[in-house]
Amino acid sequence: MNFNFSDEQQQFRDSLERYLRQNYGFDQRRALLRANSGEVWAQFAEMGVLAMTLPEAQGGFGGGAFDTQLVMESLGRSLVVEPYLSTVVLGAGLLAEAGNPVQQDAYLPRVAAGELKLALAHDEPGSRYELAHVATTARAEGSGYVLNGRKSVVLHGDSADQLLVTARTQGAPRDVSGVSLFLVDARAGGLTRQGYATQDGQRAAEVVLQDVRVGQAALVGRQHEALPLVEKAIDRATAALCAEAVGAMAAAIEATVSYLKTRKQFGVPIGSFQALQHRAVDMYLHAEQARSMSYLAAARLEAPREQRRQAISAAKVLVSQSARFVGQQAVQLHGGIGVTDELAISHYFKRLTMIGLQFGDIDHHLGLFGQPLAA
Amino acid sequence: MDFNFTREEQAFRQDVRAFIDAELPQDLSAKVLEGKRMGKEDFLRWHRILHRKGWVAPHWPVAFGGPGWDAVQQHIFSEECADAGAPALMPFGLVMVAPVIMHFGSKAQQDYFLPRILSGEDWWCQGYSEPGSGSDLASLKTRAERRGDTYIVNGQKTWTTLGQHADWIFCLVRTSPEARKQEGISFLLIDMKTPGITVRPIIMLDGEHEVNEVWFDNVEVPVQNLVGEENKGWTYAKFLLGHERTGIAEVGRSKRWLKRLKQIARAQRGADGRPLLDDLRFRDRVAQVEIELMALEITNLRVIAAEREKRAPGPEASLLKIRGSEIQQTLSELMMLALGPDALVWQHEALDPAWRGAVFGPEYAPALSGQYFNMRKTTIYGGSNEIQKNIISKMILGF
Repeated sequence: MNFNFSDEQQQFRDSLERYLRQNYGFDQRRALLRANSGEVWAQFAEMGVLAMTLPEAQGGFGGGAFDTQLVMESLGRSLVVEPYLSTVVLGAGLLAEAGNPVQQDAYLPRVAAGELKLALAHDEPGSRYELAHVATTARAEGSGYVLNGRKSVVLHGDSADQLLVTARTQGAPRDVSGVSLFLVDARAGGLTRQGYATQDGQRAAEVVLQDVRVGQAALVGRQHEALPLVEKAIDRATAALCAEAVGAMAAAIEATVSYLKTRKQFGVPIGSFQALQHRAVDMYLHAEQARSMSYLAAARLEAPREQRRQAISAAKVLVSQSARFVGQQAVQLHGGIGVTDELAISHYFKRLTMIGLQFGDIDHHLGLFGQPLAA
Repeated sequence: MDFNFTREEQAFRQDVRAFIDAELPQDLSAKVLEGKRMGKEDFLRWHRILHRKGWVAPHWPVAFGGPGWDAVQQHIFSEECADAGAPALMPFGLVMVAPVIMHFGSKAQQDYFLPRILSGEDWWCQGYSEPGSGSDLASLKTRAERRGDTYIVNGQKTWTTLGQHADWIFCLVRTSPEARKQEGISFLLIDMKTPGITVRPIIMLDGEHEVNEVWFDNVEVPVQNLVGEENKGWTYAKFLLGHERTGIAEVGRSKRWLKRLKQIARAQRGADGRPLLDDLRFRDRVAQVEIELMALEITNLRVIAAEREKRAPGPEASLLKIRGSEIQQTLSELMMLALGPDALVWQHEALDPAWRGAVFGPEYAPALSGQYFNMRKTTIYGGSNEIQKNIISKMILGF
């Protein structure tokens, strides 16, 4: 039993956080949201952030779930909007797990080099959090497939070069089997994307596939059997999101604590008021419990499916509840300035809120976690 | 990062489990698991069994008779004991006064008291709180005036847990009324048989005699029963409070209660006639507390791992106290709620292990409402949760 990151991991984190402190401050981030030159992404490639968890055979460092945690926590601290989760955790993660050697060699080294962005196009209008809900179809034709359907809120779908698209090769929209996964070029004929900003400054897209033709080489993993892959990829992404929330909570608490120490009312720092002290302590308690669950989620990612899913759901419930509390109270303790766009705190609040809604909200995961309890 | 116990630790767990299987009397664990009333002899029986094995003081240094376990082994041991329904070991001697005697007591005090604590010969109780000194403990008024080789003690202690069984009490007393309030306090060991001591029961809201008032009327205490230096008692008291960091979370017992809650909620029927655990509103509440307990368990392990590495404690002890007590309360509340209208029955006599009458409602019912009422103490004792938040606030905010 050991809950420490290794010296190498800590050095890696220190250098990433140093870079972000210098180049991803609140005003710098704000400028990036207006016009992103791609400089940060290039730096991530340069520093090995993108390669950290990729397989060694494709130029990665072969890192594991806790390396993802480390990166995501740092990204959460600085509210980074670059598509690390969608490109590296989801996209490259799926290719590393299920892609064939040709696909891995073609794409993973380019991800590591910062030359290729990926996105998972899975959710559809009306699917809510049900992963088996895939109405998009892939009809076998000739030596390939023809895809038709709609994908909604595809994270960073507008900047991706390649989309990993789930489509049904068999069965009805909520069947567990019959889903296949395809690599689709974002510029493929018949594919249209409408990109937009999300509430928290990230990006997403609505994707429409109309008779999009792909070859046999586009199939990732086995035909009809993609759902378990997607489920595991989303579990990995959920664990990563938990770590991001832990980082964002830590930063929001630091900002709130420093505000409580400096803001004066009635002639004294407002942190001298017990009502506010106890609220700040409650934020700390939530954040520590969330950190524990975030670690647990990472530790169970390679466990047998039932164990993995229980840990992920438990973590997502507790982390989302903590994120909600910490976000709301960080705003409350900042008072009026907390509800403006001018201070970082409202941006942390928005990100923490949206994390709660991604990959299954509290109610969804509480229900999943409770299922095995059935009498 | 590694969430796994080592092979040696797993083997250690097997040894502990095998010992408990062989040595824990079944009638004793049945009392614990069913929430029956526990007498002095029940606690001492298990104490003596562990003492014979050399395991009664897991956290003591080998030099004083401890088994030489590290923090992780201690955790495994307490987890296995809790899971099996072993009676809790009384903390007042083993966990509270013994480390103070080891660190600050005289050689003579160590030689006399520590073996008697180990063997269970002396039952200890704690003389801290007073009627006017709860959270503001340092305002305590019990006086000890020195006359030659004797202190004359006058005053009143309260909330003295199981003091009715005690042979000795460790007391914070005021020896210098002029000094600033923390500076005039001393740490005295007092024989409960000394003339002038009166113990009066306080009956708790569940009808049980768990705590007492202890009155001191010109009680003569030999000066050799002073621990350390006069007027340094507050330092020793704080040492004591900071000593036991992880057991306070009660993770082991809460895990056992969670199992019991699920059993009860499977046996109980909801209004629709189906098992209560299939009622999604109830199931969500069980799932919620299970998740919170999972988080507490990991946090507890993080603190244990840090303890093993001898890293200085942060605010975690207070965190464990706050969340641990809240979870115990939630579990006890859900067990009561699971009973529905049967929770109203107060069948106090059914808690007596010797009672053979009929139970109104399910056989597991009699203990549950009382247990809920009783558990309200957990957010109040050991420094109320509000005091714990003040402590954390000092650490993170500086106020």
